[in-house]
Amino acid sequence: MDALEDGVVDGNAIGGLLIEVFGTEMTTAVVTCAQCGATGQVAELAVYRPGLGTVVRCRSCDNVLMVFVQIRSVTCVDLMGLAQLA
Amino acid sequence: MAWQTATVDSLVDETASVRTILLSVPDWAGHEAGQHLDVRLTAEDGYRAERSYSIASAPGEPVAITVERLDDGEVSPYLTEELRAGDEIELRGPIGGYFVWEPAFSGPLLLLAGGSGVVPLRAMLRHRSRVGSSVPVRLLYSARSWAEVIYRAELARLGDGVQVIYALTREQPPGWTGYARRADQAMITEVAWPVAQAPLAYVCGPTNFVEAVAADLVALGYPPAQVKTERFGATGTP
Repeated sequence: MDALEDGVVDGNAIGGLLIEVFGTEMTTAVVTCAQCGATGQVAELAVYRPGLGTVVRCRSCDNVLMVFVQIRSVTCVDLMGLAQLA
Repeated sequence: MAWQTATVDSLVDETASVRTILLSVPDWAGHEAGQHLDVRLTAEDGYRAERSYSIASAPGEPVAITVERLDDGEVSPYLTEELRAGDEIELRGPIGGYFVWEPAFSGPLLLLAGGSGVVPLRAMLRHRSRVGSSVPVRLLYSARSWAEVIYRAELARLGDGVQVIYALTREQPPGWTGYARRADQAMITEVAWPVAQAPLAYVCGPTNFVEAVAADLVALGYPPAQVKTERFGATGTP
Protein backbone atom coordinates (compact mmCIF):
# COMPACT_ATOMS: atom_id res chain seq x y z
CA MET A 1 0.00 0.00 0.00
CA ASP A 2 1.63 3.27 -0.95
CA ALA A 3 1.77 6.40 1.17
CA LEU A 4 -1.37 7.83 -0.34
CA GLU A 5 -4.50 6.15 0.95
CA ASP A 6 -6.33 6.25 -2.34
CA GLY A 7 -3.94 7.65 -4.94
CA VAL A 8 -4.51 10.95 -6.64
CA VAL A 9 -8.10 12.06 -6.98
CA ASP A 10 -9.63 15.40 -7.96
CA GLY A 11 -11.55 18.28 -6.44
CA ASN A 12 -14.85 16.39 -6.63
CA ALA A 13 -13.61 14.23 -3.75
CA ILE A 14 -13.29 17.18 -1.40
CA GLY A 15 -16.64 18.75 -2.22
CA GLY A 16 -17.89 18.15 1.31
CA LEU A 17 -14.73 19.52 2.94
CA LEU A 18 -14.96 22.65 0.81
CA ILE A 19 -18.58 23.23 1.81
CA GLU A 20 -17.47 22.92 5.43
CA VAL A 21 -14.64 25.41 4.97
CA PHE A 22 -16.23 27.92 2.61
CA GLY A 23 -19.88 27.48 3.49
CA THR A 24 -20.90 26.82 -0.10
CA GLU A 25 -20.46 24.46 -3.08
CA MET A 26 -17.00 25.14 -4.52
CA THR A 27 -16.23 22.47 -7.12
CA THR A 28 -17.09 24.78 -10.01
CA ALA A 29 -15.15 27.73 -8.58
CA VAL A 30 -12.22 28.81 -10.77
CA VAL A 31 -8.76 28.80 -9.28
CA THR A 32 -5.73 30.77 -10.52
CA CYS A 33 -2.35 29.32 -9.63
CA ALA A 34 -0.03 31.87 -8.00
CA GLN A 35 3.02 30.17 -9.47
CA CYS A 36 2.16 29.67 -13.15
CA GLY A 37 -1.11 31.53 -13.65
CA ALA A 38 -2.98 28.45 -14.90
CA THR A 39 -6.72 28.55 -14.30
CA GLY A 40 -9.13 25.68 -13.81
CA GLN A 41 -12.17 24.56 -11.90
CA VAL A 42 -11.61 23.14 -8.43
CA ALA A 43 -13.21 19.83 -9.51
CA GLU A 44 -10.38 19.25 -11.98
CA LEU A 45 -7.43 19.94 -9.65
CA ALA A 46 -5.14 17.17 -8.43
CA VAL A 47 -5.99 16.17 -4.86
CA TYR A 48 -3.69 14.12 -2.65
CA ARG A 49 -4.73 12.73 0.72
CA PRO A 50 -1.65 11.36 2.48
CA GLY A 51 -3.51 10.28 5.60
CA LEU A 52 -3.24 13.52 7.56
CA GLY A 53 -4.67 16.38 5.59
CA THR A 54 -5.51 17.13 1.99
CA VAL A 55 -3.19 18.72 -0.56
CA VAL A 56 -4.50 20.30 -3.76
CA ARG A 57 -2.01 20.88 -6.58
CA CYS A 58 -1.96 22.76 -9.86
CA ARG A 59 -2.12 20.33 -12.81
CA SER A 60 0.18 22.50 -14.91
CA CYS A 61 3.10 23.14 -12.56
CA ASP A 62 2.41 20.94 -9.51
CA ASN A 63 2.45 23.96 -7.20
CA VAL A 64 0.60 23.38 -3.94
CA LEU A 65 -2.54 25.49 -4.16
CA MET A 66 -4.43 24.53 -1.02
CA VAL A 67 -3.75 22.50 2.11
CA PHE A 68 -6.41 21.39 4.59
CA VAL A 69 -5.58 19.69 7.89
CA GLN A 70 -8.29 18.68 10.33
CA ILE A 71 -7.27 18.20 13.94
CA ARG A 72 -10.14 17.29 16.24
CA SER A 73 -12.83 19.78 15.30
CA VAL A 74 -10.51 22.43 13.89
CA THR A 75 -9.77 22.68 10.18
CA CYS A 76 -6.56 24.50 9.25
CA VAL A 77 -6.68 26.00 5.78
CA ASP A 78 -3.68 27.23 3.77
CA LEU A 79 -4.52 28.90 0.46
CA MET A 80 -1.17 30.57 -0.15
CA GLY A 81 -0.66 28.85 -3.50
CA LEU A 82 -3.69 30.53 -5.01
CA ALA A 83 -3.60 33.88 -6.72
CA GLN A 84 -7.37 33.87 -6.97
CA LEU A 85 -10.39 31.74 -6.16
CA ALA A 86 -13.60 32.94 -7.77
CA MET B 1 -24.07 21.25 5.46
CA ALA B 2 -24.91 19.16 8.45
CA TRP B 3 -24.25 15.47 9.06
CA GLN B 4 -27.51 13.64 9.48
CA THR B 5 -28.62 10.17 10.43
CA ALA B 6 -30.09 8.02 7.68
CA THR B 7 -31.74 4.63 7.99
CA VAL B 8 -31.02 1.71 5.70
CA ASP B 9 -34.22 0.62 3.96
CA SER B 10 -32.93 -2.25 1.88
CA LEU B 11 -29.89 -3.75 0.27
CA VAL B 12 -29.42 -5.07 -3.25
CA ASP B 13 -26.47 -7.25 -4.23
CA GLU B 14 -25.35 -6.09 -7.65
CA THR B 15 -22.30 -8.38 -7.99
CA ALA B 16 -20.25 -10.55 -5.65
CA SER B 17 -18.50 -7.51 -4.22
CA VAL B 18 -20.88 -4.65 -4.95
CA ARG B 19 -24.02 -3.74 -3.05
CA THR B 20 -26.59 -0.98 -3.44
CA ILE B 21 -27.89 0.54 -0.23
CA LEU B 22 -31.28 2.29 -0.30
CA LEU B 23 -31.70 4.89 2.38
CA SER B 24 -34.32 6.97 4.14
CA VAL B 25 -32.80 10.36 4.78
CA PRO B 26 -35.16 12.56 6.84
CA ASP B 27 -33.86 15.97 5.82
CA TRP B 28 -32.84 15.22 2.25
CA ALA B 29 -33.09 18.33 0.09
CA GLY B 30 -33.17 16.43 -3.19
CA HIS B 31 -30.19 15.84 -5.45
CA GLU B 32 -28.97 16.09 -9.03
CA ALA B 33 -27.75 13.27 -11.24
CA GLY B 34 -24.01 12.85 -10.74
CA GLN B 35 -23.77 14.21 -7.21
CA HIS B 36 -22.39 12.26 -4.28
CA LEU B 37 -22.77 12.06 -0.54
CA ASP B 38 -20.24 11.58 2.26
CA VAL B 39 -20.64 8.73 4.77
CA ARG B 40 -19.06 8.87 8.21
CA LEU B 41 -18.54 5.82 10.40
CA THR B 42 -17.58 6.21 14.07
CA ALA B 43 -16.05 3.25 15.91
CA GLU B 44 -16.62 2.55 19.59
CA ASP B 45 -13.27 4.11 20.44
CA GLY B 46 -14.26 7.31 18.66
CA TYR B 47 -12.18 6.65 15.54
CA ARG B 48 -13.88 8.13 12.49
CA ALA B 49 -13.63 7.31 8.84
CA GLU B 50 -15.28 9.28 6.05
CA ARG B 51 -15.80 8.25 2.46
CA SER B 52 -17.62 9.70 -0.53
CA TYR B 53 -20.06 7.63 -2.58
CA SER B 54 -21.82 8.65 -5.77
CA ILE B 55 -25.59 8.68 -5.55
CA ALA B 56 -26.88 5.82 -7.67
CA SER B 57 -30.48 6.97 -7.92
CA ALA B 58 -32.09 9.68 -10.02
CA PRO B 59 -33.50 12.92 -8.64
CA GLY B 60 -36.87 12.12 -7.12
CA GLU B 61 -36.02 8.49 -6.36
CA PRO B 62 -35.10 7.31 -2.86
CA VAL B 63 -31.46 8.04 -2.07
CA ALA B 64 -29.26 5.08 -2.92
CA ILE B 65 -25.52 4.50 -3.01
CA THR B 66 -23.69 1.62 -4.66
CA VAL B 67 -20.59 0.50 -2.81
CA GLU B 68 -17.80 -1.77 -4.02
CA ARG B 69 -16.08 -3.82 -1.31
CA LEU B 70 -12.35 -3.13 -1.38
CA ASP B 71 -10.26 -5.89 0.19
CA ASP B 72 -8.17 -3.44 2.17
CA GLY B 73 -10.96 -0.93 2.69
CA GLU B 74 -11.81 0.59 6.05
CA VAL B 75 -15.40 1.46 5.28
CA SER B 76 -16.55 -0.60 2.31
CA PRO B 77 -16.37 -4.01 4.02
CA TYR B 78 -18.71 -2.70 6.70
CA LEU B 79 -21.15 -1.18 4.23
CA THR B 80 -21.23 -4.22 1.94
CA GLU B 81 -21.14 -7.02 4.52
CA GLU B 82 -22.22 -5.84 7.98
CA LEU B 83 -24.89 -3.23 7.39
CA ARG B 84 -28.50 -4.43 7.68
CA ALA B 85 -31.90 -2.97 6.94
CA GLY B 86 -32.92 -0.82 9.88
CA ASP B 87 -29.33 0.18 10.72
CA GLU B 88 -28.43 3.85 10.81
CA ILE B 89 -25.53 5.63 9.14
CA GLU B 90 -24.32 9.22 9.25
CA LEU B 91 -24.12 11.07 5.98
CA ARG B 92 -24.10 14.55 4.47
CA GLY B 93 -25.12 15.69 1.03
CA PRO B 94 -25.85 16.07 -1.73
CA ILE B 95 -22.43 17.33 -2.77
CA GLY B 96 -21.09 18.47 -6.12
CA GLY B 97 -21.98 21.01 -8.79
CA TYR B 98 -19.49 20.12 -11.49
CA PHE B 99 -20.08 16.46 -12.34
CA VAL B 100 -23.81 16.87 -12.87
CA TRP B 101 -26.03 16.20 -15.89
CA GLU B 102 -29.36 17.85 -16.53
CA PRO B 103 -31.72 17.05 -19.41
CA ALA B 104 -31.57 20.69 -20.46
CA PHE B 105 -27.91 20.27 -21.46
CA SER B 106 -27.80 19.95 -25.19
CA GLY B 107 -25.73 17.65 -27.32
CA PRO B 108 -25.50 13.88 -27.44
CA LEU B 109 -24.21 12.36 -24.21
CA LEU B 110 -21.08 10.24 -23.99
CA LEU B 111 -20.67 8.39 -20.70
CA LEU B 112 -17.43 6.55 -19.99
CA ALA B 113 -17.24 4.29 -16.95
CA GLY B 114 -14.30 2.46 -15.45
CA GLY B 115 -15.54 -0.15 -12.97
CA SER B 116 -17.56 1.44 -10.18
CA GLY B 117 -17.33 4.74 -12.06
CA VAL B 118 -20.60 3.63 -13.63
CA VAL B 119 -22.51 4.61 -10.49
CA PRO B 120 -23.05 8.37 -11.08
CA LEU B 121 -23.55 7.68 -14.79
CA ARG B 122 -26.35 5.27 -13.93
CA ALA B 123 -28.04 8.06 -11.96
CA MET B 124 -27.83 10.17 -15.11
CA LEU B 125 -29.34 7.38 -17.23
CA ARG B 126 -32.18 6.87 -14.76
CA HIS B 127 -32.84 10.62 -14.67
CA ARG B 128 -32.92 10.74 -18.46
CA SER B 129 -35.48 7.91 -18.55
CA ARG B 130 -37.63 9.36 -15.82
CA VAL B 131 -37.99 12.72 -17.51
CA GLY B 132 -38.52 11.17 -20.95
CA SER B 133 -35.49 12.84 -22.50
CA SER B 134 -34.55 11.77 -26.01
CA VAL B 135 -30.93 12.95 -25.86
CA PRO B 136 -28.91 10.20 -27.58
CA VAL B 137 -26.52 8.43 -25.21
CA ARG B 138 -23.55 6.13 -25.60
CA LEU B 139 -22.12 4.45 -22.52
CA LEU B 140 -18.69 2.85 -22.77
CA TYR B 141 -18.38 0.64 -19.69
CA SER B 142 -15.01 -0.89 -18.93
CA ALA B 143 -15.07 -3.74 -16.40
CA ARG B 144 -12.74 -6.63 -15.62
CA SER B 145 -15.27 -9.31 -16.49
CA TRP B 146 -18.93 -9.83 -17.24
CA ALA B 147 -19.49 -10.97 -13.65
CA GLU B 148 -18.23 -7.60 -12.42
CA VAL B 149 -20.59 -5.49 -14.54
CA ILE B 150 -22.83 -3.56 -12.14
CA TYR B 151 -26.51 -3.02 -13.06
CA ARG B 152 -26.21 -5.64 -15.81
CA ALA B 153 -29.91 -6.33 -16.22
CA GLU B 154 -30.89 -2.66 -16.02
CA LEU B 155 -28.36 -1.64 -18.64
CA ALA B 156 -29.67 -4.33 -20.98
CA ARG B 157 -33.15 -2.84 -20.96
CA LEU B 158 -32.37 0.81 -21.51
CA GLY B 159 -34.03 0.89 -24.90
CA ASP B 160 -33.96 3.30 -27.75
CA GLY B 161 -31.55 6.13 -27.83
CA VAL B 162 -29.07 4.49 -25.45
CA GLN B 163 -26.17 2.37 -26.70
CA VAL B 164 -24.12 0.46 -24.15
CA ILE B 165 -20.71 -0.73 -25.26
CA TYR B 166 -18.70 -2.97 -22.94
CA ALA B 167 -14.95 -3.42 -22.72
CA LEU B 168 -14.14 -6.51 -20.64
CA THR B 169 -10.49 -6.21 -19.81
CA ARG B 170 -9.49 -9.42 -18.02
CA GLU B 171 -11.95 -12.15 -18.83
CA GLN B 172 -14.63 -12.51 -21.48
CA PRO B 173 -17.53 -14.95 -21.75
CA PRO B 174 -17.36 -17.62 -24.48
CA GLY B 175 -18.24 -16.19 -27.87
CA TRP B 176 -17.60 -12.58 -26.80
CA THR B 177 -17.21 -10.32 -29.81
CA GLY B 178 -16.98 -7.01 -27.96
CA TYR B 179 -13.91 -5.14 -26.77
CA ALA B 180 -11.54 -7.31 -24.76
CA ARG B 181 -8.95 -4.74 -23.77
CA ARG B 182 -8.53 -1.53 -21.79
CA ALA B 183 -9.80 1.66 -23.34
CA ASP B 184 -7.32 3.21 -25.74
CA GLN B 185 -7.31 5.93 -28.40
CA ALA B 186 -8.61 3.57 -31.09
CA MET B 187 -11.54 2.44 -28.95
CA ILE B 188 -12.42 5.98 -27.90
CA THR B 189 -12.28 7.10 -31.52
CA GLU B 190 -14.71 4.33 -32.51
CA VAL B 191 -17.13 4.96 -29.66
CA ALA B 192 -17.18 8.74 -29.26
CA TRP B 193 -19.83 10.95 -30.82
CA PRO B 194 -18.33 13.07 -33.60
CA VAL B 195 -17.06 16.38 -32.31
CA ALA B 196 -19.24 18.21 -34.84
CA GLN B 197 -22.34 17.08 -32.93
CA ALA B 198 -21.21 19.11 -29.90
CA PRO B 199 -21.31 16.15 -27.51
CA LEU B 200 -20.94 16.31 -23.75
CA ALA B 201 -18.76 13.67 -22.10
CA TYR B 202 -18.64 12.40 -18.49
CA VAL B 203 -15.75 10.16 -17.51
CA CYS B 204 -15.72 8.42 -14.12
CA GLY B 205 -13.66 5.68 -12.54
CA PRO B 206 -10.12 5.01 -11.33
CA THR B 207 -7.76 7.92 -11.84
CA ASN B 208 -5.66 6.21 -14.51
CA PHE B 209 -8.75 5.33 -16.55
CA VAL B 210 -10.17 8.84 -16.32
CA GLU B 211 -6.94 10.57 -17.27
CA ALA B 212 -6.28 8.30 -20.24
CA VAL B 213 -9.82 8.51 -21.59
CA ALA B 214 -10.15 12.27 -21.06
CA ALA B 215 -6.85 12.79 -22.88
CA ASP B 216 -8.05 10.58 -25.74
CA LEU B 217 -11.24 12.63 -26.07
CA VAL B 218 -9.33 15.90 -26.12
CA ALA B 219 -6.96 14.41 -28.71
CA LEU B 220 -10.05 13.68 -30.83
CA GLY B 221 -10.98 17.33 -30.68
CA TYR B 222 -13.41 17.41 -27.76
CA PRO B 223 -13.17 20.83 -26.11
CA PRO B 224 -11.85 20.23 -22.55
CA ALA B 225 -14.82 22.12 -21.14
CA GLN B 226 -17.10 19.48 -22.68
CA VAL B 227 -15.29 16.63 -20.91
CA LYS B 228 -16.26 16.31 -17.24
CA THR B 229 -14.11 14.08 -15.07
CA GLU B 230 -14.48 12.39 -11.71
CA ARG B 231 -11.53 10.37 -10.41
CA PHE B 232 -12.17 7.67 -7.82
CA GLY B 233 -8.53 7.04 -6.95
CA ALA B 234 -6.47 3.91 -7.40
CA THR B 235 -9.20 1.35 -6.74
CA GLY B 236 -7.86 -1.88 -8.09
CA THR B 237 -6.21 -2.66 -11.39
CA PRO B 238 -7.97 -3.16 -14.72
